[in-house]
Amino acid sequence: MTESPATRSTPPIGPPIPAGDPGVVPSGAGIDATVAAGLELKVRSQWSYARSRFFRHKLAVVSLVLLVAIFAVGVFANYIAPYSYEALDFNHLLIGPTTVGKHYFGTDELGRDYFSRVIWGIRTSFEVGIFVAIVSSIIGLVVGAVAGYYRGWSDNVLMRITDLVLTLPALAILLVCSKLFGGGTQWRISIILALFFWTGLARIVRGIFLSLREKEYVEAAKASGAGDLRIMFRHILPNTMGPVVVNGTLAVAAAILTEAALSFLGFGIRPPTPSLGVLVADGETNPQAWWITVFPGLTIVLIVLCVNFVGDGLRDALDPTQRRVRA
Amino acid sequence: MLTYITRRILYSIPVLFVSTFVSFVAVSYGGDPLGQLRIQRGMSQHTLHQLYIQYHLNKPVVVRYFYWLQSVFEHKFGNSLITLQPIWPDVTRTLGHTLQVVLVAELLAMVLGIIIGIISAIRQYSTFDYVSTSFSFLGFAMPIFWLALLVQILFVDIYLHWNIRIFYTSGLNSPGNYSTWSLDRLQHIALPVMVLALISFAVYSRYMRASMLDVLNTDYVRTARAKGLPEWRVIMGHVFRNALIPITTVAALNIGAVFGGAIITEQVFTLDGFGFYFLQKLGSLDIYAVMAYLTITAVAIILFNLIADILYGFLDPRIRYD
Repeated sequence: MTESPATRSTPPIGPPIPAGDPGVVPSGAGIDATVAAGLELKVRSQWSYARSRFFRHKLAVVSLVLLVAIFAVGVFANYIAPYSYEALDFNHLLIGPTTVGKHYFGTDELGRDYFSRVIWGIRTSFEVGIFVAIVSSIIGLVVGAVAGYYRGWSDNVLMRITDLVLTLPALAILLVCSKLFGGGTQWRISIILALFFWTGLARIVRGIFLSLREKEYVEAAKASGAGDLRIMFRHILPNTMGPVVVNGTLAVAAAILTEAALSFLGFGIRPPTPSLGVLVADGETNPQAWWITVFPGLTIVLIVLCVNFVGDGLRDALDPTQRRVRA
Repeated sequence: MLTYITRRILYSIPVLFVSTFVSFVAVSYGGDPLGQLRIQRGMSQHTLHQLYIQYHLNKPVVVRYFYWLQSVFEHKFGNSLITLQPIWPDVTRTLGHTLQVVLVAELLAMVLGIIIGIISAIRQYSTFDYVSTSFSFLGFAMPIFWLALLVQILFVDIYLHWNIRIFYTSGLNSPGNYSTWSLDRLQHIALPVMVLALISFAVYSRYMRASMLDVLNTDYVRTARAKGLPEWRVIMGHVFRNALIPITTVAALNIGAVFGGAIITEQVFTLDGFGFYFLQKLGSLDIYAVMAYLTITAVAIILFNLIADILYGFLDPRIRYD
């Protein structure tokens, strides 16, 4: 089976990070420690190398701080938001951003406070983003691991399914699924998104498993009687952690953007649940009230931008074989 | 090469059948296909029953899939179950509008993206590079619907405040005007084109920059410089042409994103395009119209994947198929 160049041009799979390279190879740490104890050297674990590489990336660090702050605002929405997301203030209908009555982002024609609604929307967005990232990473890991380790027919079947998902018109299929099974809550939408977001990771993990299963240390593990599961999870899986973390981070951004688009089109999360996409959609019916459109949208941009920068920083830190260019 | 192409085409046929079958089953179980007709006034039980028989709705879903396949090949996607009108004329009309917008936008994005990508690769870490990089990062993070809405609000405000009509913010033509290529049409599609182009531009300029930087570090570029070629000939003759190869793949694989973007922009600007048509039909659960959209886009995506692979083989002789 020849691989097409399209698949070949997707992220470099391929030779694992050599042991000497400060990559993500935790297996040698024990030996290093004993040697270092004799020579009285400072022991640095692979994670500390990765950490120092990440902190060298100034933009990523700033983004991470900002992201944690936004995340905290979302988590503590009920303490921070001055109003509930559905509270009506009939004294201030459709007013622009003011400090009057703490309507920092203005109100809509029902007098709902947009500052509070955006804060609650942030919470929903993070719920979707994190759920999708975790679930899709698990699916991608399992599919990639099984396909790459066992090869043969299971590889064939799983990769054909992956191809199938990749050849579907993504947004249209997501719209169809949300229309049919969505029901408007963030959890249903998250499950649907997770079922479509695992393909990229599955391919990467498969590639790593394909190349690592031939390694001597895997053979050694097999010779000393380790079972398939042990080899897969103890010996090979830690090597995939770099791509998994990077992909998971970028999946958060992609999920937040996609959820917002679905909700905007009226097929995703439905009111009264506040989602940033729904909030922007409210702006469509009020073209004169620019604040209704601008603030929720700006929040999406800010979150996604931060997540992308953190993802870039993580890629540099955890996955030095990959290039710095994003996309 | 020929065997490779034949094998790829043969391989994509079952993929297409499986994907349409899965969508068909999903869409069929989504609700009552005649629901919209049922709530119409003056719709008699007798007529509904006749439609049930006529469109095989009493048969199992697998059988209905094959009836649907038959209608695809014999009657060009058959009739809509809601309007009872043939689907094909709607498809050709809306698809034409979408293609016009998308082609102009992609062309614009590609030319601009390639030029900007080249300049920022040559002047790496210059101010220009930083500005264009930030711009494309912003493009990656920008929700299309938000950008479209902002542009729309801006131009509506310009019209309301100063009564200047630069671009129209909805529709395809002014009333009474049906021309495909005219100033009026251009004023209508300018904003959707701009929005779509901006999003694709981010992708192209980013990839072009990366690809240029890759080639700039190769040995043959050093050789070209060492033998004393002027810098512009090194860039245009050696670097640019080779850096363009991966862009063809990116452009071909970008089609899925472009279709998705078209759905959103057409919705915001109420363009009578294919994506807008799909959203309308999905809203009213017009299953055969929805299937027509899904099938045509799936074919397009598979086709472009194939084109990407073949083009890559032509442009880069190191790639061997078979």
